[in-house]
Amino acid sequence: MRIVEKSQLMSAPEIDRTLQRLAHEIVEKSGGTKNLALIGIVRRGVPLAQRIAQAMRGIDGVDVPVGVLDITLYRDDLSKVAPQAVLRSSNIPFGVDNMDLVLVDDVLYTGRTIRAAMNGLFDLGRPKRVSLCVLVERGHREMPIEAQYIGRSVQTSDTEIIEVRLREIDKEERVVLVDRVE
Amino acid sequence: MTHRFRDLLALEPLTADELTFLLDQSKPFQEIQRHPLKKLATLRGKTVALAFFENSTRTRISFGTAASRLGADTMNLQAEASSLKKGESLLDTVHTLDAMKPDCLVMRHAASGAADFVARHLDIPVINAGDGTHEHPSQGLLDALTIRDRLGTIANLNITILGDLQHSRVARSNIHLLGKFGCRFTLCGPAMWVPRELEKIGAPGVAIRRVFRIEEALEGADVVFVLRVQTERLHEPSISSEDYVLGYQLNSERQRRAKPTTIILHPGPINRGIEITPEVADGPQSCVLEQVTNGVAVRMAILYLLASGATEADAHPALEVKSKESANASD
Repeated sequence: MRIVEKSQLMSAPEIDRTLQRLAHEIVEKSGGTKNLALIGIVRRGVPLAQRIAQAMRGIDGVDVPVGVLDITLYRDDLSKVAPQAVLRSSNIPFGVDNMDLVLVDDVLYTGRTIRAAMNGLFDLGRPKRVSLCVLVERGHREMPIEAQYIGRSVQTSDTEIIEVRLREIDKEERVVLVDRVE
Repeated sequence: MTHRFRDLLALEPLTADELTFLLDQSKPFQEIQRHPLKKLATLRGKTVALAFFENSTRTRISFGTAASRLGADTMNLQAEASSLKKGESLLDTVHTLDAMKPDCLVMRHAASGAADFVARHLDIPVINAGDGTHEHPSQGLLDALTIRDRLGTIANLNITILGDLQHSRVARSNIHLLGKFGCRFTLCGPAMWVPRELEKIGAPGVAIRRVFRIEEALEGADVVFVLRVQTERLHEPSISSEDYVLGYQLNSERQRRAKPTTIILHPGPINRGIEITPEVADGPQSCVLEQVTNGVAVRMAILYLLASGATEADAHPALEVKSKESANASD
């Protein structure tokens, strides 16, 4: 089995413009940045959340707090897909009670990651509202979960994988669609 | 960098990399201790067997708490109540426990090597919670985590260990772990408890010296481990408790021989007024309660790594076809 790149979905400038738009949408729909906080899901949700927060500073002049959440411990399929998966530190340095939280991740696929993330958040307190922001949404949901803020929606087949590569982690910046071929 | 473990029997065979990995994996569990809701479902449906053939309160409660915070169930075997009293062999007892299908076994035994022996006969992971005078790996890890949190590092420190070194598995686990990070050891206690052989227990190149005056042992120390003195061993003619207090008790006057930044660790339970005075045990340099808190975090990390059901067959996910869920998981 090989992994082949089928097409590029987003370039670096497109990612940048999309994040700017998402920042505007979140501020607009939330009626400002009061009580607003972003939670980046480890790993690629974290730099995305930080960049959205930076864009919000340009809009509202306010520093929106950014937390980091590792969902590994909350997965429902740990022993099946990730035996002895490496844990990374979560860091949510603010109380979540009565906050307006936006979960940020790179790709929305089955919805199981987001289910796990909500479990993690509710162990910390009772947020007023939780919404979801993703760079790419690709269908194939297995949970009743949808994103309120979507960078790009893509139709995909089951064998395809969307790879979001970010300069902070991958040393390159683009979104590609890859496929598994026998 | 990830590492895979089947059992946790001793720290001696682990590399510095593997030990660092275990300490790093404990960090997320330290955070969970601070959450208002501390219970996870990570090991839901798993069972952890706790077999304490030798009495223990804090280690058993700590492992039990770690298991329940991860959502696992526990089965408990305690020495006094067990069929060991009726003459059952160790192997028969653990085979019986194993037949109830736990997902891992945590065991303490008075015989050195007991956990290793059991691990060779069982397919499930075995975690050594103390075997004779051999090792107490989870204690060694929680001590190192406590030191790393307080001093920022576990590398190249001067470590002084006070008390009954001869019978201490805690001291051995500490030397095996910290020795791999370049720490130097000063062992101090009554001569019959600090035999010459102890100078050789570290890996080649680990500096271990014996000192018989506590004042000298404390000079230059970054970390002082005070070991629990088994009061049943304090009797004439070897050494009376009065003589022990006079010669080796850590009190505030002696503490001043060390640096103001020197931290004090004790594995508990403390004999106040014997090996340590209350002012020192409750003072700002004492880490005793942090050790207890960190113990739960370290044991959660150990259970997470060993009891989550990873078998040898799927121990290398990188070699397998990515499943649908992992393909776009966040990592």
